[in-house]
Amino acid sequence: MEPINVNLNNLNLITMSPMLVTLIGALVILCIDLIKPKLDKTLYITLAMLTIFIAIGANLSLGTNQRGLFDTILIDGVSLLGQLLILAGSMLFIPLALTKRRFHEFSYPEFFALFLFMIFGFQFMAASDNLILIFVGLETGSLALYTLMAMHNTRLAHEAAIKYFTMGALAAAFYAMGAVIIYAVTGSVEIYSVARILQERQNEIGMLMPVIGGGLFMIVAIGFKVSLIPFHMWTPDAYEGASAPMAGYMSIVPKVAMMVVAVRLFGVYMDLNVAIIKLTIVLLAIVTTTVANMMALVQKDVKRMLAYSSISHAGFVMVAIALNTTKGYSSIFLYYGLFMFTNLGAFTMLWISRHKYNIHHDRFHHPYEKFAGMIKLAPIPAVIMAIFMLSLAGVPPFSLFWGKMYILSAIVDAGKENSNYYIVALIMALNSAIAVYYYLKLVVYMFLKDPVDNRGKVVYANRAFSLELVVGVAAFVTITSMFYINPLMSFITDLVGASGY
Amino acid sequence: MSNILTLLIFFPLIAAIFGFFVNKNSIRVYGIAVSAAEFLLSLWLWKSYDSAQAGFQFVEKMPLIPDFGISYYLGVDGISLFIVIMATLMTMIGIIALSVKDGLKNLIITLLFLEVAMVGVFVSLDVILFYVFWEFSLVPMLYIIGAWGGSKRVYAAIKFFIYTFAGSLVMLVGILYLAYLYYTTTGVWSFSLTDWYALLLPMTVQKYLFWAFFLGFAIKVPMFPFHTWLPYAHGQAPTVGSVILAAVLLKMGSYGFVRFSLPLFPDASVAYITPVAVIAIIMIIYTAMVAYAQKDMKQVIAYSSISHMGVIIIGTFAMNAEGISGSIFQMLSHGIVSGALFMLVGVIYDRRHTKLMSEFGGLAKVMPTYATIFVIMTMASVGLPLTIGFIGEYLSLAGFFKVSPLMTVIAGTSIIVGAVYMLSLVKKSFFGPVTNPENEKLKDLDSKELWALIPLVAIVVWLGIYPKPVLGPINNSTKALVQLMHNKAQTPEAKKIILVSKKAKEAK
Repeated sequence: MEPINVNLNNLNLITMSPMLVTLIGALVILCIDLIKPKLDKTLYITLAMLTIFIAIGANLSLGTNQRGLFDTILIDGVSLLGQLLILAGSMLFIPLALTKRRFHEFSYPEFFALFLFMIFGFQFMAASDNLILIFVGLETGSLALYTLMAMHNTRLAHEAAIKYFTMGALAAAFYAMGAVIIYAVTGSVEIYSVARILQERQNEIGMLMPVIGGGLFMIVAIGFKVSLIPFHMWTPDAYEGASAPMAGYMSIVPKVAMMVVAVRLFGVYMDLNVAIIKLTIVLLAIVTTTVANMMALVQKDVKRMLAYSSISHAGFVMVAIALNTTKGYSSIFLYYGLFMFTNLGAFTMLWISRHKYNIHHDRFHHPYEKFAGMIKLAPIPAVIMAIFMLSLAGVPPFSLFWGKMYILSAIVDAGKENSNYYIVALIMALNSAIAVYYYLKLVVYMFLKDPVDNRGKVVYANRAFSLELVVGVAAFVTITSMFYINPLMSFITDLVGASGY
Repeated sequence: MSNILTLLIFFPLIAAIFGFFVNKNSIRVYGIAVSAAEFLLSLWLWKSYDSAQAGFQFVEKMPLIPDFGISYYLGVDGISLFIVIMATLMTMIGIIALSVKDGLKNLIITLLFLEVAMVGVFVSLDVILFYVFWEFSLVPMLYIIGAWGGSKRVYAAIKFFIYTFAGSLVMLVGILYLAYLYYTTTGVWSFSLTDWYALLLPMTVQKYLFWAFFLGFAIKVPMFPFHTWLPYAHGQAPTVGSVILAAVLLKMGSYGFVRFSLPLFPDASVAYITPVAVIAIIMIIYTAMVAYAQKDMKQVIAYSSISHMGVIIIGTFAMNAEGISGSIFQMLSHGIVSGALFMLVGVIYDRRHTKLMSEFGGLAKVMPTYATIFVIMTMASVGLPLTIGFIGEYLSLAGFFKVSPLMTVIAGTSIIVGAVYMLSLVKKSFFGPVTNPENEKLKDLDSKELWALIPLVAIVVWLGIYPKPVLGPINNSTKALVQLMHNKAQTPEAKKIILVSKKAKEAK
């Protein structure tokens, strides 16, 4: 047996600096609470924001293509982008804790500590190409997220957290099984060496079945986390139970982390050209987009509608993974970058209009009727909300149109090799036409219907400066997209291309 | 003024944003002033336009997303110039004639946003830019129909939106595919129309792309069987909505055929002359019959719109300079005439709150000025010589005669059927005794309505007698277009059908 040779140079701690910053931030918050409890939440909010701010700085200052932590951390373009999206999404989320109404979860320092731990976990997922470390990151992030959801402390929030926890555990089991199979076949948990070994041995007899099996287990695990249909059952209930900003957050950050893992993992399968995995991903994506759009049509609550809409967006993005082109992979990140602002903006609008108790509907906080005639009560929020909806629907010139255009273009480009992709592109395009109906439904309620009764203050119930700031930033990003798409896309393409995808 | 087109697009946009700060009691004057200024700007564009030249003028090009070949690329030629002027004119006239009381401020601001999109569609030479304006135009129209429309307004507005949106998404896939073909051929991305014009596509590809674009445009025109959204939209839209919808928004579809389908896919266009012409003829005759069966005045004009759009499509697919010039002229004439007719129906609706023909009769005695203008517009709509309606219809059909005399004769019956339903509308509403006592005390046109309608009457007569100032530049640009199509055509039948007139050849 060879002696184990530990070389501290291999630690290369600098590669972990963005994660360590969030970890330290979380510990600092816990220590402060230990020494002097009962401090105001504004302190923790600002501390958390500063932490994320420094983490973004640390992330941006990292050079690409270095390894650390005994070669288990890989800082390449994809991990930089993934971490950037995770941190930026978190940065947008934190100010939403400063609401007018008191929601008690935000008064606990633990909330912010857990929040930073969660980011830490997701950053690990994005930055590692070691199957075990990804698993650790996934569990750290997810467990913290379940707790954060439950801290909203309503009956539905508990239900949501338990549901998410159960389904998350199932997904973790699938992930572990997939990882085990891959390890059994290749004897390695490092994705890069897995790729190399599979490449060498793919023509051996009996190789194909375990490779496909491992891939399918991974698809199920990732399907649960990014909520592809039929693994989506938890999503609408979880979103409904969680607070609006938490739901918006869940529709982006955990999914981005999982998307990075999917890109790394399925990148291997795409290079091996395993047709069945490709086909499964494309079919899942089509089913997800179409069925989620159908389900969204019949929802009565705006938050549930947005939940299904985010499922359908995830399906739309998923196609790009099967294309195995730089443009496809880049458009995933572009799409999520744009989706983050628009979707969080929309959820923040719901948050602004949140009352302490349901006053419009027995069950739902945000039924469509709540927004009826909003243009007469509050014209500017109504216009902004309409812009978010139109952007989600993919109406130009708003931001998501460009994301949609890039993904469609990537799908069409892939048609050169396999003309079935033209049909996929058409299905995806027509799905947008279905989707526009439920987005317009909200616009119709806001603009074309009269207010149900005289509730002038309805849309401002939870208004606060920080919320308006987030909405303003999101709206600005959504409207002016045309001017920054080019630098943004070339930034993303460079990073993704440099990572070899 | 080299950047007058940018000014034309962004002036209404800025004016619309400023409009939020104008007090709602003064908003009408603001709206009229802004739209008049925009109209004058477009007239200035005409004045500085060099009619002798056929190509794009006032070209502006600025990279927007250079890595993907998308640029801010504008230009105007004889084909688009007059449609732009008509768009600004009809917006101005629509605002002058507004009789809406509730939410007037929102309506005027929305109309200004719509004007941005309309002008943008017709002056964009970058396909993505075109697509952006094309899609964006749906949003203000959705609001106009949905907020100020009749009882089923929400249904009508959403139907309009989703129908058009679905069609244009298919077109978007086509656009992206064409861009990819351009990329594989030349190695660079470009969405510039003039770059795409240089692309020679194999016939198999042209066929698919032709139908992808066709779907987007045909729904907008609207061509049979995609026309069902239009009667709803017109039936429910407020007067100004119908005016703009009929005058300008429908023209986006027929303009798209001329600007995109024909020059990009000349062979496929020629190959599909027969199916498209059959659809157009069905649309002409079937909707004319439906128009005759209507009880509601506005529905008669809505269906007559579809019928006239059929003639425009026939002219476009004649593939020669006469037919295409005629169809473009017919777009203008249909815009002005149907716009005026919708406005006239709006006038009577404001007074009586009904549009049913059975409620009226003998209006000519009570409202003589109104009846006179209505009859003039009816004559123009029917296509009486010396009115604007005649020239376009005649040229379109004359152009198509070279392609297929038989189909032209069938399509020509549209003039007769058109006369039947329009004259019966006039007869039922204006002549005979005043049967309904409620009609006896109706006021004739007031000054606001006269200000809106008299310019249109003047244009109808002026261009009916002397179309040359408009037809000349149109003809120049169409000849260049036909020449381009002729040069690009690969199949022998396309070479044969796309006729280049002798003069244009000599000029080259």
